[in-house]
Amino acid sequence: MPKKVGIAAVAQNAGVESKDNFYDQSYKITKEILDKAGLKREELETIISAASDIFHGGISCANSYYWETTGAFLKPGSRQDGESLFAFFYGVMRILSGDYDTALVIALCKGSENPENDACTLMYADPFYQRMIGMNETMAAAMQMRIYMERYGIAEEQCAKVVVKNLANALGNPYAHRKGRFTVDDVLGSDRIIDPLTQMQIAPKSEGMVALLLASEEKAKKLTSKPVWFRGFGNSIDHYYIGDRDLLDSPLKTAAARAYKMAGISRPRKEIDIAEITEPYAFQELIWCEDLGFCGPGEGGKMIDSGATQKTGDIPVNPSGGVLANNPYVSRGLQRVVEATLQLRGEAGERQVDKKMKTALAHGTHGFAGQCHAVAILGV
Amino acid sequence: MAKEFRTLKTSVNLPYELAYGPIWTRFFDGLLNKKILGTKCPKCDRILVPARSFCPRCFVDTPEWVEISHEGALTAWCLTNYRYYGQPVEPPSISALIRLDGANVDFLHLIGGFDLGDFELVRRKVKNGMRVKAVWNEERKAQIFDIKYFEPV
Repeated sequence: MPKKVGIAAVAQNAGVESKDNFYDQSYKITKEILDKAGLKREELETIISAASDIFHGGISCANSYYWETTGAFLKPGSRQDGESLFAFFYGVMRILSGDYDTALVIALCKGSENPENDACTLMYADPFYQRMIGMNETMAAAMQMRIYMERYGIAEEQCAKVVVKNLANALGNPYAHRKGRFTVDDVLGSDRIIDPLTQMQIAPKSEGMVALLLASEEKAKKLTSKPVWFRGFGNSIDHYYIGDRDLLDSPLKTAAARAYKMAGISRPRKEIDIAEITEPYAFQELIWCEDLGFCGPGEGGKMIDSGATQKTGDIPVNPSGGVLANNPYVSRGLQRVVEATLQLRGEAGERQVDKKMKTALAHGTHGFAGQCHAVAILGV
Repeated sequence: MAKEFRTLKTSVNLPYELAYGPIWTRFFDGLLNKKILGTKCPKCDRILVPARSFCPRCFVDTPEWVEISHEGALTAWCLTNYRYYGQPVEPPSISALIRLDGANVDFLHLIGGFDLGDFELVRRKVKNGMRVKAVWNEERKAQIFDIKYFEPV
């Protein structure tokens, strides 16, 4: 029987903008999570951070700057650069190694300070070819959306419905950057900045200091009466050059298959109670639902039409409002884990899904049009 | 947003000198001479463009160079109509993936040569599957814009 890894506490400081600077904001969230767990800094054994500091933070080797704000003085810390869901798994592995009983996983992103996301994502296009054309994440997504609509007859209205759903869900989320009651017409009538995408279908750039305390089974039970257990993880990576890929054959399918295998899930739609997924562009929620096996290929449009992914549906997707509501670039994957954890603990406040829940899924993605995906399965 | 406390406005501008290496150098020298060059994988037989040193699927060297057609079919496109920091191309512009005849992967470039001002009109004209061909710049500098854009055939 493999060891169990538990999530003992979560904390987040997210939204439009904090008045604190990066250093203090990071300190406060670490302090908050340690206080919640009743753990002293001296008792914390290891720290994994996730940040993409050079372009998103304007500082190089930023972990040397922020380490002490995470309680890392004289501790074994390690940083994972980029999408924070990978840092979550890194933390899980530290506990699984048997060498540590507690691990802090912390994702740091202060979106209010950095250049627009598209300026940063332009910098992950190779400098000789794709960057010269101006390739950024939004451009890749717009091309992907066009193929998706054409191949499966998905309507723009169906894509817009994701925004309507998620921003309404975000009304119950105090950490959301964007929220409100909007109509499909509002979404499609917003600036058509990169056809076929309109402004409202594109996630904003937000803040997100997101923390999660992992613990071994025994320790987790001591730290909390409501531990959430790690059950599975999978990730997968596609080609780099966008022209080498079939943008509708995403590596999320293999990432999900790996996570489901580890968690012993064979019927994801039935066995998963809620999903928090990373949908920086509205239509991607539909594609990712297909790739996660919640519906068949090309059925994402029908699925949103059916209401199944609403908070009251059989598989609520992004009851927090997702990334369309709050997009702390690097922290967004770990934030999905935090939101899924809150749902399983019944502590999601006004965004709580009203049903008995056993299993939740968290998903993260980075790279152009979903080049890299990670999936985590949690359970109680 | 009005800031409650002072902020520091700053930017970072650092010089780099990045190596093209032999493969990119030969590819861009090809453009200088109005040639689009790819390489062929000896294992899966796919022709990859732009040229590269290895097949990322078979993980073997791709030493055989192939000249690729200047014409092809549109696979995907978007009409960019906003500005972002570092943007190299003046909007409005159409970025596109093009499956050049004989190649097994898509080539990223621009579609142009007509008025891009109205997205409804552009949508009527530009369709996936549409045939396009390269329009070359008179003055070439061994870079991707030695091809000005691809225009509908």
